[in-house]
Amino acid sequence: MSLIELTAAQLRDGLAAGRFSAQEITQSLLERIERVDRSVGAFLRMSPDAALAQAAASDQRRAAGRCLSPLDGIPVALKDVLCTAGEPTTCSSRMLANFVPPYDATVVRKLREAGLVLLGKTNLDEFAMGNSTENAALGTTRNPWDARRVPGGSSGGSAAAVAARMVPWAIGTDTGGSIRQPAAFCGTVGLKPTYGRVSRFGVVAFASSLDQVGPLARTAADAALLLEVIAGPDPQDATSAPVAVEPYSRTVAEPLESLTLGVVREQFGAGLDAEVGAAVERAIGTFQALGGTIREVTLPHSGYGVATYYLIASCEASSNLARYDGAHFGYRTDEAAMGRAVADQQRQQGADAADDDGDSGLLRMYRQTRAEAFGPEVKRRIMLGTYALSAGYYEAYYLKALQVRRLIRQDFDAVFGQVDLLIGPTTPTAAYCAGEKLDDPLAMYQGDLYTATANLAGIAGLSLPCGFTRSGLPIGVQLLAPAFHESRLLRAAHHYQQRTDWHTRTPELS
Amino acid sequence: MSLTRADVEKVSLLARLALTPDELDALTVQLGEIIRYVQQLGELDTRDVQPLSHAMDLTNVFADDTLLPSLDREQALANAPKRDAECYRVPAMLGDESSR
Amino acid sequence: MNGTPYTTVIGLEVHVQLKTRTKLFCRCSTAFGAAPNTQTCPVCIGLPGSLPVMNRQAYVLALKTALALHCDIPACTKWDRKNYFYPDLPKGYQISQFDLPMSRDGYLDIGDPQGRFPDRRVRILRAHLEEDAGKSMHDEVAGRADSRIDLNRAGTPLLEIVTHPDLRSPEETKAYLTELKLLLSYIDVSDCNMQEGSLRVDANVNLHLPSPSGTIATPIVEIKNMNSFRAVERALAFEAARQYQVWQETGRKLGDVPKQTRGWDDQAQVTRAQRHKEESSDYRYFPDPDLVPVRVTPAEIDAARAALGELPAALRDRLVTTYALDRYDADVLVNQGRPLVDYFEQVAAQCQDPKRASNWIQQDVLRTLNERGIGIAEFAVAPPVLAELLRMVGSGTLDTMRGRQVLQQMVDTGSDLATAIAALGITEMSDEALVTLCRELLAANPKIVADVKNGKQQALGALIGQARKRNPNADPTRVRKVCAELIEEM
Ligand SMILES: [Mg+2]
Ligand SMILES: [Zn+2]
Repeated sequence: MSLIELTAAQLRDGLAAGRFSAQEITQSLLERIERVDRSVGAFLRMSPDAALAQAAASDQRRAAGRCLSPLDGIPVALKDVLCTAGEPTTCSSRMLANFVPPYDATVVRKLREAGLVLLGKTNLDEFAMGNSTENAALGTTRNPWDARRVPGGSSGGSAAAVAARMVPWAIGTDTGGSIRQPAAFCGTVGLKPTYGRVSRFGVVAFASSLDQVGPLARTAADAALLLEVIAGPDPQDATSAPVAVEPYSRTVAEPLESLTLGVVREQFGAGLDAEVGAAVERAIGTFQALGGTIREVTLPHSGYGVATYYLIASCEASSNLARYDGAHFGYRTDEAAMGRAVADQQRQQGADAADDDGDSGLLRMYRQTRAEAFGPEVKRRIMLGTYALSAGYYEAYYLKALQVRRLIRQDFDAVFGQVDLLIGPTTPTAAYCAGEKLDDPLAMYQGDLYTATANLAGIAGLSLPCGFTRSGLPIGVQLLAPAFHESRLLRAAHHYQQRTDWHTRTPELS
Repeated sequence: MSLTRADVEKVSLLARLALTPDELDALTVQLGEIIRYVQQLGELDTRDVQPLSHAMDLTNVFADDTLLPSLDREQALANAPKRDAECYRVPAMLGDESSR
Repeated sequence: MNGTPYTTVIGLEVHVQLKTRTKLFCRCSTAFGAAPNTQTCPVCIGLPGSLPVMNRQAYVLALKTALALHCDIPACTKWDRKNYFYPDLPKGYQISQFDLPMSRDGYLDIGDPQGRFPDRRVRILRAHLEEDAGKSMHDEVAGRADSRIDLNRAGTPLLEIVTHPDLRSPEETKAYLTELKLLLSYIDVSDCNMQEGSLRVDANVNLHLPSPSGTIATPIVEIKNMNSFRAVERALAFEAARQYQVWQETGRKLGDVPKQTRGWDDQAQVTRAQRHKEESSDYRYFPDPDLVPVRVTPAEIDAARAALGELPAALRDRLVTTYALDRYDADVLVNQGRPLVDYFEQVAAQCQDPKRASNWIQQDVLRTLNERGIGIAEFAVAPPVLAELLRMVGSGTLDTMRGRQVLQQMVDTGSDLATAIAALGITEMSDEALVTLCRELLAANPKIVADVKNGKQQALGALIGQARKRNPNADPTRVRKVCAELIEEM
């Protein structure tokens, strides 16, 4: 079996047994990337030499008996929204095309401290805003199963890289479904941990109260391994939870308790693609076969999830993205060109026309910089958030959304009093064609219908492959667990994968 | 509440975005649709519902008042679009720089 | 008031820098005067991905201050973002407190022992924590050239203390600021150095004019850029006069025009309108999702209140009741700060003469401190030594003038009391020597002798000066007594 086909757990065991070296793994993956990423476009940037050097250092540690962790030498890819010291971190935005942070995200530091090889940075919707990776300004990512289709998003690059066997696992972020949805579209496992489970320090913020970092992998067991590395309280993130990390890599394989799984009726209504629905029903059957009890439950406010999510996320984003104004870092408009344009305008409209409204050079620089460097979706959300927070609208929109958020959370609190996990579709449809929804933001937003409520409530969620459409596209089933019950979530997913082989299929790529 | 082109223009100033006439037209339509969509929240009676701004019930997260190393100036200014030996440089601003 | 046809109505927003080692949300130094952009980190320059973590000490100091201002402390306070674009604000928002400030509804009492204005309780609307912005430097000469930004100050902890519009004159305003500064120094929460920007004052001013149909208010103007208490006084006086003139010219009332912001030009001694865009007041406040609320229990509040120590107002009262000082003296001592009061109390207790201790400290000690630009901690004469000196003066062992010379000698040479006395050649004159001296004086001043004999006892005073010239150790009281007796015998 080729090294690229191995899971991270298999790589770990092979490294321990001396069957291959970290350099051989990295070399194999680099060759794979070289061969297939032209057609997938998962990576924004790679530095093969640096990766090989890290792998060589890992091999030396292993030879000296000084491994940093059992995972020492295993490559990982990072969504390009995590800061890497001394290496560009772009968020796939023109705004940050040349931004080089002077510091590592806590997650990146933890990965380095465990000896993982940082293979490269993956593509995403600009500032993680989107669910197709079409809003990326610095690259185009295609679905490895069908190049005409989107990989999902915003962690589309990470999902595509894992699905296309360019890396065994990758880090993504999930604000309204941005790990789980591309995982479903690309046929991988994707875990959104509980809010506060993984540090957000050094993760470029989209919507701070919803953002969470998590793993994408081929198996739940690998996701457990990776979560164990990155999870835990962080003194640099005031919203990280003071809750001890469980040994997920061990608990994932423990026998599956007899679980009660809740099926949310609302999730099987209008808008759900029939093939997706059927595959999810079959997955529910599999869980029953694993000893699970199925109970129908209701989340009465889940239909308001998308509206609530888009208001809160956009409000927070409008503030989080205010720092990109061309003053201290990132893109700045060409001031000389701006000056010439002002002069032209003044010639045409008479002197002082431009200055009449107190429109200073500074204000022009701000507005021009942001106009040139943000893409349409980012602008849309900044505009929505700014509007919803502005004087006279705060109560009707932002405050209202926070209240509905409470109702949504109360729904989850109520059902988790009755069931251990919730099960349902991750997405209403399988991967759609590029361009299909680009001009219809509302249709695009509906893609978060089943995922965004978990972010609003702060609970844990996971998507795993549960079938394929007739046209060969992966289908994802979503499991949701109460806050800090990642081990239950991962264990259920792992036992499901012991019974099924959806996750072992590989897209054909040339 | 419906959204006018003038509203969008005003918001674009607040958001420090320069929008072209075409963008203004498109955003008036798109934001209008989105606003109409999110107005569905108005169906819910939330009079007695406490807003939920944090998903977790954490309080009193503090750090000690202990000095840690700062960035050196070259690191701090490394990403500046325009700078001199000591400072960030931005187009001259109006008004004062007193306490706000 | 003050003979003007209007009342000046003033409310203040004072930003006080809290005395922490590190910034409010990161661990960069707050030290003043560092080279530009050398005290910053990803958090305080707002780099993508960075997150704030609250400085515990800043909250502790803020709580102390709020309690000293008699504020209510809500059980829960939270952080909000105040969104606006400005190059000294790297995140595009300031972390501040909006609808749940950490304290509200307090007061600070002010008064004037000289009676220039009535005692007044200035109500505090709220005091909240927030981070400071960086510093923009404008190159006036270059005109349209760039501004330079130094972010060292960005993120420094500030407590914004907002009063109700309770002040009625520039003098009262200065008294409020002086009392506030004193209070903050007593509880040791701030350096209050206006030059270094650790205390900044903005004022809201308008006029109330009597009219047959009730009081008329003029539009409120916010004044900024006042860099000393003196500047505050002058700016307010100027602004009141200016507003009255504008009122007479335009008749504009509160509500007729939007609130204006004016900057004080200390060179020209005028306030000038500042340009700013209308939309800039839409700050789109919302709770900061990166920070969690702070909860405080009644027990914690009580403990903090108990640890405050004695505040200036209470201390003044105690000095008046315990030591029978008059209000003015208590004021002078307390206004010098706690260390001087401690010094006074030790001297007073040891010499058993508070009034004398108060007088000597106010005159001789304070003069020396001022001349030398030192604090009481560096004053060469320890409380027991001054107390002993005052006892000698009180008992007549030393006359007041000699006492002053001894104190000066100790200050100049750092010597102890006995050495200073010896160095000045101070010994007690024997009765014999004194009588001899007096006889010589009377012989040399027949006119004085005659005057005294004719009932002009006060003529004896002239002899005392002559006696001290001949022998500095001559005690005036004894000289007077002996001379009177000798003339009687003549
Ligand atoms: Mg303020
Ligand atoms: Zn800092």
